[in-house]
Amino acid sequence: MRARGIELPADFFSHYARQLGTLSGLLGLCAVLWALSPHFMTVSNLLNVAEQAAIIAIVAVGMTFVIITGGIDLSVGSVLAFAGVVMASVLHAGVPVPVGVAVALGTGLACGLLNGALITVGRLPPFIATLGMMSVARGTALMFTEGRPVSGFSGGFRSLATGELLGVPVSVVIMVGVYVVAHFALTRTKLGRYTYAIGGNEEAALLSGVNVRLYKAAVYGISGMLSGLAAVILTARLNSAQPIAGMMYELDAIAATVIGGTSLLGGEGTVVGTLIGALIMAVLRNGLNLLGVSSFIQQVVIGSVIIAAVLIDMWLKRRAG
Amino acid sequence: MAEATVLEMREIRKTFPGVVALDGVDFCLRRGEVHILLGENGAGKSTLMKILSGAYQKMAGRITLDGKEVEIKNPAHAQALGISTIYQEFNLVPHLSVGENIFLGREPVRLGLIDRRAVNRRAAEVLGGLGLNLDPRRPVKGLRVAEQQMVEVAKALSLDARVLIMDEPTAALTEHEIKELFAAIRGLKAKGVSVVYISHRMEELFEIGDRVTVLRDGRSVGTFGVRETSKFELIRLMVNRNLTELFPKEHAGRGEEVLKVEGLTTRDLKDVSFTLHKGEVLGVAGLLGAGRTELARAIFGLDKLEGGTVRIKGRERRIGSPRAAINLGLGFLTEDRKAQGLVLPLSVKDNLCLPSVDKFTSFGLVDSKRERRAAERYVKELRIRTPGLDQKVVYLSGGNQQKVVLSKWLCSEAEVFIFDEPTRGVDVGAKAEIYQLMNRLAASGVAIIMISSELPEILGMSDRILVMRGGRVACEFEAAEATQEKILECALGE
Repeated sequence: MRARGIELPADFFSHYARQLGTLSGLLGLCAVLWALSPHFMTVSNLLNVAEQAAIIAIVAVGMTFVIITGGIDLSVGSVLAFAGVVMASVLHAGVPVPVGVAVALGTGLACGLLNGALITVGRLPPFIATLGMMSVARGTALMFTEGRPVSGFSGGFRSLATGELLGVPVSVVIMVGVYVVAHFALTRTKLGRYTYAIGGNEEAALLSGVNVRLYKAAVYGISGMLSGLAAVILTARLNSAQPIAGMMYELDAIAATVIGGTSLLGGEGTVVGTLIGALIMAVLRNGLNLLGVSSFIQQVVIGSVIIAAVLIDMWLKRRAG
Repeated sequence: MAEATVLEMREIRKTFPGVVALDGVDFCLRRGEVHILLGENGAGKSTLMKILSGAYQKMAGRITLDGKEVEIKNPAHAQALGISTIYQEFNLVPHLSVGENIFLGREPVRLGLIDRRAVNRRAAEVLGGLGLNLDPRRPVKGLRVAEQQMVEVAKALSLDARVLIMDEPTAALTEHEIKELFAAIRGLKAKGVSVVYISHRMEELFEIGDRVTVLRDGRSVGTFGVRETSKFELIRLMVNRNLTELFPKEHAGRGEEVLKVEGLTTRDLKDVSFTLHKGEVLGVAGLLGAGRTELARAIFGLDKLEGGTVRIKGRERRIGSPRAAINLGLGFLTEDRKAQGLVLPLSVKDNLCLPSVDKFTSFGLVDSKRERRAAERYVKELRIRTPGLDQKVVYLSGGNQQKVVLSKWLCSEAEVFIFDEPTRGVDVGAKAEIYQLMNRLAASGVAIIMISSELPEILGMSDRILVMRGGRVACEFEAAEATQEKILECALGE
């Protein structure tokens, strides 16, 4: 039955309408900027936008997993800074680049799992646990470096941000890789299925045999690890690990996730939507810069876009439901 | 009794995307009568009442109130017209007092301040009129469910309601509280208030109702005087088929022992022992709080054991989590389908396969084709009414949701099913289907523990009956020797 040509699932449009809507928002935004600025629709500028988006987009993947379980991770920016300075110091101590990268990922993972343990074993609300971690990781990063940036790395390490693969910046390649894996994990694996089930109804998931604690902790671990990965790219790009890096990234990541259609109540959302959300934010910033709009006004515009996106989403859902 | 018509609904139509909910329904309410609205889940009772209470807008048809045609625009408008609704979930503010709740939004004001004395005096008047001795200053959160319900009734009366809609008002009440509620309803009738009463419980219908209207598939099948009809006649009209027997119990032969519980002790259980055999239905009766659900939780690995052993097929097992229980072949159909049984925003397929995702996973990937095949099979076998496997379960009716929960455990190939209140909130037609499924399960060698508060169900479906009291097994009966009186006596400890 299914082999005969393309057959869309019965609710294809209700399923993907949200992403199609966000995507047309992104394309519309690009069209407007194309008309307003001759510099916008050029290959080099678009790659630049993707590079700008990469770091928040990677952090937002972890945030999407967490938010689908019905939680929140406020510590991503601080964990990024902490993982960055730890990695920088071991690189300065002379370890090979792959080990340094592994240290960044491991540091992020450890912070994330600690969040997960506080939430599952300690039964703290995610907001509180990660709010605490936000401050602890930031403070530790500042103590660790006495508040100073750790700068100057080998060309090999810096190429993780500045290098290109077939003309595409390495950071963009990494971002795309992360999204492919994450989309696959969310739609095709047990982890993904359980992520939705926990967010949709934690008790029903538990009673259906889902090891809720394990999978919740894993999701915070993933979020922490992706913050570590973002730290690698940011450090390589700036040639410097700063203890004050990643300030407010949690808010940008939450914004990208929410613009992408993930519900803060949990149980629904996609990483494809999140990617579009992150791109909308990057395109908006880039376009406003090209048009010479002041950074003060930019904040107002971006805030308005977040509110408008969610308003439209809720309005559409009410009409459908 | 006055025969004057208060309210008339004619040819009411309402459609939702893909569904005709009401297809020309007529409904007529007389002054001072209790009019029962009867129908299977999905027959259109709730939709009809939501139109009357202003929550939905009708698409065609006429509503006449006291002979004048009205367009009910919203719930506030309905209240202004004298139509009040008491939903199953109350609309009370827990931290405010009884009086404050009754006059919420319409507080008597004196010199720009709320006149508390007037609130309490007038609340006491309304409550007294209902024959209720309730202090209006008490906060609502400390009240029993039945008392909260009476606060809702009082609120409706203070709004000068002439038509009162009650949706399953006895669902959470004890026998004694039901009597109090009925006394209050009779008092309302005497005052000329008309009551539309939605219930699945046939017994209540004959006790409190004057007339009954039966809905089926979005149409009105007929209106009858309660005295001129019978339970079986009404069931036949609701489901459009003859149910010769409500409990089509078939005794499957008692097979080998599958579950043996000895000395089970937890925070809520004391020294519980019993055995369960293949093909057997073990009914578990008892009052609320007797430890019935706690027994299920303990066996299913949800509560910590302080003592005792659980043997499955002769081998002692430590069941530390639901996962372990499921792997050993247990399935638990919880009492509260929406809060515990289903992940409402997920699809029929995803819910159905949730306990057995492992079975469909190879090399870390979930094989969704095999999942779909399995899900399709159960949707067909159990006749689950859904537009597709990707439909979110939140949009299914109660009976169909219950079937999805049942399929979950069929799919995980459970051999011991624990049913906790399997037919609560399920209409008569779906009830009979669930009983038949239990028979089929038992015949195929599945062992069933059935926890229920409905004695007819316990007596009708069980092979053996445990009665619990205070966390212990108080008595055990063979089905043949059990009677309603014996079970009650034992449950009450007399």
